[in-house]
Amino acid sequence: MTTGVLLPVLALMTSLLASVVIFALPERMHGVRVLINLGAAGLKLVLVGVMIWGIAQGREYEVAFEMLPGLRFVLRADALSMLFAGLSGVLWLLTTIYAVGYLEDSPNRSRFFGFFSLCVASTTGVALAGNLFTFFLFYEMLTLSTYPLVVHRGTEKALKAGRNYIIYTLTGGAVLLLAIAWLHGLVGDLPFQAGGHFADVEEALHGPLTIIFVLLIAGLGVKAALVPLHGWLPQAMVAPAPVSALLHAVAVVKAGAFGIVRVVFEVYGVSAAHALGLLSGLAVVAAFTIIYGSVRALYQVDLKKRLAFSTISQVSYIVLGLCLLGPVGVAGGLVHLVHQGIMKITLFFCAGNYAETLGIHRIDELDGAGRRMPATSVAFTLGAFGMIGAPPLAGFITKWKMGSGALTVGMDWVVVVLVVSSLLNAAYFLPVVHRLWFAEQRTPWPQERRWGRLETSAWLIWPPMVTTVFLVLAGLLAAMPFSPLNWAGLIVMREVAL
Amino acid sequence: MILWVMAGLLFTPLAWAVLTLLTGFRHGRWISWLGIVLQALVSVGLWAFVTRDGGFYYPLGGWQSPLGIELRVDGLAVTFVLLTAVVAGACGWHASLYLDPEKSWHRYFWPLFWFLWAGLNVVWLGDDLFNLYVGLELISLSAVGLVALGGQAGALRAALRYLLAALLGSLFYLLGVALLYGQFGSLSLSGIAGLLESGDVESVPVVIMVLMLFGLAMKTALFPLHKWLPPAHGIAKSPVSALLSALVVKASFYIAARVWLETGHHMGGYALGQLLGALGGAAVIWGSWLAFRQEKLKQVVAYSSVAQIGYLFLLFPLTWNVSETISVQAQQGMTLQVISHALAKSAMFLAAGNLILSVGSNRVDALAGVSRFLPFSLFSFGLAGVSLMGLPPSGGFAAKWLLLQASLASGQWWWLAVLLFGGLLSAAYVFRVYRASFVEKTDVDEFYHPHRSLEVIPMILALLSLGLGLVAEPVLSVMAISFSEGGGL
Repeated sequence: MTTGVLLPVLALMTSLLASVVIFALPERMHGVRVLINLGAAGLKLVLVGVMIWGIAQGREYEVAFEMLPGLRFVLRADALSMLFAGLSGVLWLLTTIYAVGYLEDSPNRSRFFGFFSLCVASTTGVALAGNLFTFFLFYEMLTLSTYPLVVHRGTEKALKAGRNYIIYTLTGGAVLLLAIAWLHGLVGDLPFQAGGHFADVEEALHGPLTIIFVLLIAGLGVKAALVPLHGWLPQAMVAPAPVSALLHAVAVVKAGAFGIVRVVFEVYGVSAAHALGLLSGLAVVAAFTIIYGSVRALYQVDLKKRLAFSTISQVSYIVLGLCLLGPVGVAGGLVHLVHQGIMKITLFFCAGNYAETLGIHRIDELDGAGRRMPATSVAFTLGAFGMIGAPPLAGFITKWKMGSGALTVGMDWVVVVLVVSSLLNAAYFLPVVHRLWFAEQRTPWPQERRWGRLETSAWLIWPPMVTTVFLVLAGLLAAMPFSPLNWAGLIVMREVAL
Repeated sequence: MILWVMAGLLFTPLAWAVLTLLTGFRHGRWISWLGIVLQALVSVGLWAFVTRDGGFYYPLGGWQSPLGIELRVDGLAVTFVLLTAVVAGACGWHASLYLDPEKSWHRYFWPLFWFLWAGLNVVWLGDDLFNLYVGLELISLSAVGLVALGGQAGALRAALRYLLAALLGSLFYLLGVALLYGQFGSLSLSGIAGLLESGDVESVPVVIMVLMLFGLAMKTALFPLHKWLPPAHGIAKSPVSALLSALVVKASFYIAARVWLETGHHMGGYALGQLLGALGGAAVIWGSWLAFRQEKLKQVVAYSSVAQIGYLFLLFPLTWNVSETISVQAQQGMTLQVISHALAKSAMFLAAGNLILSVGSNRVDALAGVSRFLPFSLFSFGLAGVSLMGLPPSGGFAAKWLLLQASLASGQWWWLAVLLFGGLLSAAYVFRVYRASFVEKTDVDEFYHPHRSLEVIPMILALLSLGLGLVAEPVLSVMAISFSEGGGL
């Protein structure tokens, strides 16, 4: 077997095997479990790194076999899949470190970390899937492996959120299956391919293809939390902080957004989707979601809920970016897949730190927290500024690229959406930042824990520090090779075929 | 060589039934372990033989049809023989550790178990309609006996109800067979199919088909004839429930499917096919809904069988008067559904048995906190659930995919709703069990730990059903093997 076949399989297997081993380990073997977790996460990062290097050199990694007559299982590493796999590899390592600290001394850790690894394995599979069917396989595996994480606490509220989550996502999955099966019946197995398959398609297929597109987006839109399919996301906030972090930054919502990217670019093709008149509809839905999510975020008093609505809004930047028809705007949308991930995970890590160290859940309890937890608060502030789009942070790059891309193709209204959304972002993030730094502490912290000299446990403080550095660097060094923006440019050049 | 394999396949179960009848449960256990190994070897042998050389007709004792009994050994039959060896072997192994040897009536488990196995092999390999009837009766009677092993008054009641349903079903089937014999003067299924193809026979009254299918549907517990199944499967001992749901109901369905596929073009009709499909669809919806509503864990699994059987009946509308490709797709889907449901459902019943053993109660809400203490059995239950929900990469998914494609290609899009909605409903009852196990109740920390092998067996079965989708292509290629003229002997 050559490395071309081996690498994608190994990248998938690291987290899959880690999950099996962790399930088999007894609850009390904490040290070994941490070691396996970190070892697998590190190994996977190396593997993904090697593949990224190889793809930049023009190498190809693919493994495929026939599962059913006419239906192939394909794992393939291309530039686009590496964008997602790289993100999930880096953030898995950090989130694992964070989760070890966060769940210290809590029960059911074996179960938690087992499903956690399974969830990351599914994400890798989603990234590496080479056709719609393989994508669907891992997409559903992701649903199943995240459910136990959402209901981890076992409380009435968690179970209710879990039920809603599963109803939304499995229904979405059924719609997606219908669309994929129908498409397969019409045109056979379609591998993801640069420029899509429907560049010149006969007139008779226009009707079915339009309906299938709507079904595909509806199925994927549940996870990507497009309004009105977003209802599960704010409720799923009852999950432990590392789970929310992973769900929002990499796993679930991103899998949906990534699927939409694949469908638009590599199944239909941008030009075909545009010719069928599908992209303008998608753009309107995405724009509406951006504004709606931000408006709802304004009214949340719970910190994690506010972040959740912010996610709904931010993920749709990616979707809106797809509809911009020009290389600049599309790159801006794609790069947000990474940028939103690192910014949002920073914010969730910080929210988790406030909850775990000071017992703070509501925004009005944050008064003066900046003095008690300076490092966390600096991270939160930078993450918030990034979301608003302040230069030179990651979020600014996204908005700048998308805005200028929209102007070049004459979609001026997108700029209005971006500006309104940024104002709304500022309106719901700046009060939080203000409370952190400028308000006086009025009441004692709801439930304070002390870790000696440090403001909180070292396991909890380092991950947000690292992601904060990333979000600054992603903005400052956006023009360097292998920066997210640079890679997004590579994807646009190689795979979008505009 | 082939003589010994065939003899081993049909006569060792019977011999073992007699042997174990003479011994108690403990000795019977040792004998049966040996028998299971032997059966597994013979089944694999036959499977390997057919895979290499193709299928063949096997005249029992050298007597050719129509005088003697002919067995048809094709890819589909050997696949089911192998499936039976896997599932029955696993259930037998589980039962040998699960059943309490102190209860005197448990000694009858082994003879009944072996009679059941013999009957199943007869049905998979039979070509003669009367032979199939004999096999079916052997299966039904031993299955009823196995249900009665539950021991309480409830078990006897359920067994009696089962017996009545089974006998009624047999009666209708036999009536149909008798009419068929009157018409054709032959009982060989392939012989009748040949006569029909040749066009020498005038129109056959549809009532024959209706009678036979009604009887078989009764035995398969097709909605609305399903009422006997949940009490019987719910109250039997877990390994018995596993056997019944996984294999026994499939035997009568298998006969119905063979009759339909061989003679349906001439003796069936569009309306009959659609009716059977509609009843199957209703079974999927209604069975899943009832499964969701059950208080007791094993009743959930039993009603899920009613639902899963419903999918099988989509075969009838999807193979009547359609192109060859669509028909093949539907047949492949049906076969994968039979296999994956057999594996998943036996895994689920065995895992449910372990869970009940562990918490000491058969109620769903008694599972609170068990996810911490028996994650292995719960995990097996969940993996089996993945196949029942029809999510990839399970065999259930592969089956659903093929049926979806067949429905789309034949323009019978209304079955899509059944396939997609049914999957969601099955998710509802599987997740209800899961949800119960995640409830944190700190006051109960006492759980009994069952024997390690008891936990391993359902896991193996669940993994097989989960992995079936990944190897569906080679499995299907074996099933497609038909008879080679004059070959094999």
